[in-house]
Amino acid sequence: MGQILQYIQSYLDKDVKVTPGAFGNIYASLFWATVYILVVFGGLSVAVIAMNWLERKILAHMQVRLGPMRVGPHGLLQPIADAIKLLLKEDIIPAEADAFVFWIAPFIVVLAAFTVFVVVPFGPTHAITDMNIGILFMLGVSSLSVLGVVMAGWASNSHYPLIGALRSSAQMVSYEVAMGLAVLSVILLTSLQGPGLGLYGIGAGGQGSGTLSMIGIVQAQQEQGVWFIFKFFPLGLVGFFIFAIAMVAETNRAPFDLPEAESELTAGFHTEYSGFRWSLFFLAEYSAMIAVSSIAVTLWLGGWLRPFPNLLSGSTWDHVFSVIPGLTFLFFAAICFFNTARMPKHPLFKVQTMGLAGFGAVLGLIGLVMFVPAVSLRVGDIFWFSAKVAGFMYLYIWYRGTFPRYRFDQLMKVGWKILLPMGLALLILTAAMGMRTELWAQIQEVWHGL
Amino acid sequence: MNPPVATPFFFYLLAGTMIIGGILVITRKNAVHSALALITTLLAQAALYLMLYAPFVAGVQIILYAGGIMVLFLFVIMLISIERSMKERQFNKQWLVGGAAALALGGLFISVYLTTTKGKALFPEGSVTYGETENTQKIAALLFDRGAGQYMFAFEIASLLLLVAIIGAVVMAKKRI
Repeated sequence: MGQILQYIQSYLDKDVKVTPGAFGNIYASLFWATVYILVVFGGLSVAVIAMNWLERKILAHMQVRLGPMRVGPHGLLQPIADAIKLLLKEDIIPAEADAFVFWIAPFIVVLAAFTVFVVVPFGPTHAITDMNIGILFMLGVSSLSVLGVVMAGWASNSHYPLIGALRSSAQMVSYEVAMGLAVLSVILLTSLQGPGLGLYGIGAGGQGSGTLSMIGIVQAQQEQGVWFIFKFFPLGLVGFFIFAIAMVAETNRAPFDLPEAESELTAGFHTEYSGFRWSLFFLAEYSAMIAVSSIAVTLWLGGWLRPFPNLLSGSTWDHVFSVIPGLTFLFFAAICFFNTARMPKHPLFKVQTMGLAGFGAVLGLIGLVMFVPAVSLRVGDIFWFSAKVAGFMYLYIWYRGTFPRYRFDQLMKVGWKILLPMGLALLILTAAMGMRTELWAQIQEVWHGL
Repeated sequence: MNPPVATPFFFYLLAGTMIIGGILVITRKNAVHSALALITTLLAQAALYLMLYAPFVAGVQIILYAGGIMVLFLFVIMLISIERSMKERQFNKQWLVGGAAALALGGLFISVYLTTTKGKALFPEGSVTYGETENTQKIAALLFDRGAGQYMFAFEIASLLLLVAIIGAVVMAKKRI
């Protein structure tokens, strides 16, 4: 027993530079992988709850409304009230439904949405495991979620869900193609070595062997000294653009939310679901949004790397950037305290005011802990990764508040006639840029031969 | 070192899942249930590829078959009326021909298993352990490498075959294009 504890502690060594899944000792690997799984699952659930509240609040403010205000200060406890309501609701299975398929569909969607987080790299060591087919695994498993959606729509044995399922399967399969092409162009980029033709590092470059590992992709950006969004400007940007559109369609969000278009199909594929099963679809949708955002962040936005690693390099800037996580939390705490002061002074609001102050105190405490150098060194990468993903989550809400829903033929047109040719051209151009010295030599050879 | 994942227990588990899934595919009357059983079989097959230290093949299997082709299958099957397919006869009483075909195929498998060529069995005693980490690169080398690459032509021909099938389907489905 004592030896196993020793093994487990051995992972905490400062020199360990691998993920728990790749750690040599099986006990330590098992223990820390379990810890990471629990942390990721808990963090994800909290993120989904937070997104629920943020989406309603931000959408409301975009539409000049207040949004949830009743449950807790500024409606902060609204998601919890909703969760309790959903758990207490009756779980209805329609009489004519295919009971088994109806029962299992939400689980498949949730399973697919959560399993992908096995390889999401929150930092060079902060991932459950590092697979050598990481990105392929993410795309493959997230493509299984459409099966759950189709099963749910079909098993409901009702018209609106069936149409929703049909739309969803057509849409997801179409946009997967463009998405895959954009991802391929990044995998090509990982095979380049040394600083290349980025915005910030202009120099030679060469070929090595590429990688599909999520951690490897970020490390390739680190080695090449440029985020892939700026690589071969504007090629990287175009790839990111294709992915950013395709990922909204893949997650069935506005303006591509045709499978659950509420004005046409009631609620689309999950019309017949209620209570806990419906909440599973909700959970899966939001965690899938976080998953595809983390793919985008890993592939194009440098994953866990801090902004401007080259332009603002040096120990001074390192120090400046290391205090940003703490400052961010202190800023949130300050907002909480400011609003505590603005709470109504009526005795009925006493508990709420105290609650908000307590919430602010917790945030401030986290912020203060973040200033400890040992902590900021260890969780700085997690902070930057999460901050970038949070940016994408805001984009999702912004899209929903801004764009009207596409018609289905427009959706197909964008997918097949615009994004797919763009993706193909991008792939060819990226390959040509990566091989430019060889290509140039070939051209010269042919020229001299004439 | 961590113990290997490819233990007999997992092989029999996955093989059993595949066989049960395969039987369910042909015995279910409801076409959607058959498709779901087929998906289970394909996923178990992907896991078998993982046991053979071929993660790239496993990943491609999941993306293409389970995530792509089966979704299109379901897309078509969903539009079939279940009531009618429930009433239709499932097997067309060709036990004799079917049994003969099964026997022939089984005999072929067994004879291949027993065959020895030049004193060597077809199935080697040990197994070659390629590095799991190099699987993707190895496949790429087999396809694209100038020296060792020998399957490029076969690969391209196969993709051409699929293209022909797609065009054929479009021509058959649409009277006027």
